[in-house]
Amino acid sequence: MKKTLFEKIWEPHVVDQIDEDLALIYIDLHLVHEVTSPQAFEGLRINSRTVRKPNLTAATIDHNVPTSDRFNIKDPIAKKQIETLRANCKEFGVPLYDIDDINQGIVHVIGPELGLTQPGMTIVCGDSHTSTHGAFGALAFGIGTSEVEHVLATQTLVQKKPKTMAINVNGDLPRGVTPKDLILSIIKEIGVDGGTGHAIEFRGDAFKKMSMEGRMTVCNMTIEGGGRAGMIAPDEKTFEFVQGKKFSPKGSNLDKLMDFWTDLYSDENAEFDTIFDIDCSNLEPHISWGTNPGQVAGINSYVPDPESYSTPEEKSNAQNALDYMGLEAGQKISDIRLDRVFIGSCTNGRLEDLRSAANIIEGKKVDKNVRAMVVPGSGLVKMMAEKEGLDKIFTESGFEWRDAGCSMCLGMNPDILVPQERCASTSNRNFEGRQGKEGRTHLVSPEMAAAAAIEGHFVDVRNWK
Amino acid sequence: MEAFLNHKGLVAPLDRANVDTDQIIPKQFLKRIERTGFGEFAFFDWRYLEPGVPDPDFILNSDRYKSASILVAGTNFGSGSSREHAPWALLDYGFKILIAPSFADIFRTNCFQNGMLTITLDKDKVDYLMGMASSPKYSGYQLEVDLESQILKDGNEFSEKFDIDPFRKESLLKGQDEIGRTLTSENKIDSFESSRIDRW
Repeated sequence: MKKTLFEKIWEPHVVDQIDEDLALIYIDLHLVHEVTSPQAFEGLRINSRTVRKPNLTAATIDHNVPTSDRFNIKDPIAKKQIETLRANCKEFGVPLYDIDDINQGIVHVIGPELGLTQPGMTIVCGDSHTSTHGAFGALAFGIGTSEVEHVLATQTLVQKKPKTMAINVNGDLPRGVTPKDLILSIIKEIGVDGGTGHAIEFRGDAFKKMSMEGRMTVCNMTIEGGGRAGMIAPDEKTFEFVQGKKFSPKGSNLDKLMDFWTDLYSDENAEFDTIFDIDCSNLEPHISWGTNPGQVAGINSYVPDPESYSTPEEKSNAQNALDYMGLEAGQKISDIRLDRVFIGSCTNGRLEDLRSAANIIEGKKVDKNVRAMVVPGSGLVKMMAEKEGLDKIFTESGFEWRDAGCSMCLGMNPDILVPQERCASTSNRNFEGRQGKEGRTHLVSPEMAAAAAIEGHFVDVRNWK
Repeated sequence: MEAFLNHKGLVAPLDRANVDTDQIIPKQFLKRIERTGFGEFAFFDWRYLEPGVPDPDFILNSDRYKSASILVAGTNFGSGSSREHAPWALLDYGFKILIAPSFADIFRTNCFQNGMLTITLDKDKVDYLMGMASSPKYSGYQLEVDLESQILKDGNEFSEKFDIDPFRKESLLKGQDEIGRTLTSENKIDSFESSRIDRW
């Protein structure tokens, strides 16, 4: 029987087949943060339940944490939420990477850094970008707070078996075109709900050649195409990455796991429910112009005319987006001028992302009309970047260099846009109000964000000096 | 969780696709540690011109829909963030049933966990309901749901069978606590755990 990568992970995790579609599946790793967990811990308390496997659970503080003066949280409600997580972790014995810990950071950045994220695992978190961990050949997906409580109490989850989708990417990414550009173009192609109900496997040479960081960027945004999970078959790069970390398996345990890991690929001729074929050899840097991550265009193109869409629904979506974004149909994408630049997030806040951005801006100055900031994805990313002197490159250019957290990706901390401010952001969502009420977000790669910070408008980073 | 009994209620239309959970409940309200009281913040940025000043152009602010308990919306409703605060806000606002051509996966599961019913219908059927709920001629337009027989009807011409997973249906009808149900098969979890290689 030919199996897909997804099936090779799903099947050995089924604890109980409830009916034809639904199964109780075992969860190998449960990541927890302050925003989606307090009501779950409260539920445990009300029902006198405990955390079944504290050692398969790890918590950190990321969404609310300020990125400057971080030990002095001025918002009393945010402060209470953070203190609640601390108290809950203590009460239930859950390991916590607190603000004063070098391993604190965005939950999807620290999982891989700590070696907690491993191939073949089932990984959940009360956060939709949990799909990030699929880059390691894991089945990873976001859940709600009731499900967080279910996993805390039982280490299992009732799940409908998703359908499988293969996204076959042919060709090589051209020079200067990044994994971010690829995933934005994929979402445009399949639509923001194209992946609904599916576990998506990204396949093709482009992914084999991609770094682990790049694979994480792609899998991270699977949810923006509606996908239940995104995954890439593990290979030598993956096996190398997951070793030598705090929680990496070692010795004979590693040998046993390696037998399992090396079999984690879709068998030749394994059947997928849905297949997309995409060629990336002519891809250009992409920028979102609208208010969902499928509304994107190449750097050398124009803001589309809503009338060019075929259905009334798409026309009205595009018109609403242009109204909100303050853009005109036919406007050149490279003419869009910016007020803010944000480099960071679980999508593009890792060391490689910061290196790429620093490489672009070294020796140049941020445009006088732009306020730019870099927020490393974790304490460790920040430390390593500083070791390499990246912080100096950024600050000498005029960027603000901040502490780790989710920051302006969703603006739960003080880092937000004011109404009508326009931001080039390396994050994952350009929804209305996402970065601040009436703020306008354009999703881009770190390289494109960096160049835009210098010029004050978007430029094609491939032929920009 | 309360058992889901048959429901009849006023229908409100929200004729927009891809309504994401950031719209349903903006991030500034996610800092609270309670499950209740989110209704006043539902659709906050659309609903208010500024805090305390309702936007008269936002459809749910119309007097006609004040007591609505059924929301008809566009495709891909509830996309984006996994925040369960979104169904909490809708439920607290008064919505018990959501009808759309499609829902985002995490959001739909979150609704079930809170005893809310999401009904997926073909787009032309949803468009019909949207038209009825919007038309000045049918002010007070109501729908009735019989979960047992999986029928949605308006008492006149519209009557449609909808799909639902048998497990979810039973959970809704009984108002079952899913964790409690899973713990009844705890022995299966025990034996599963003892059968695995130790990863840690």
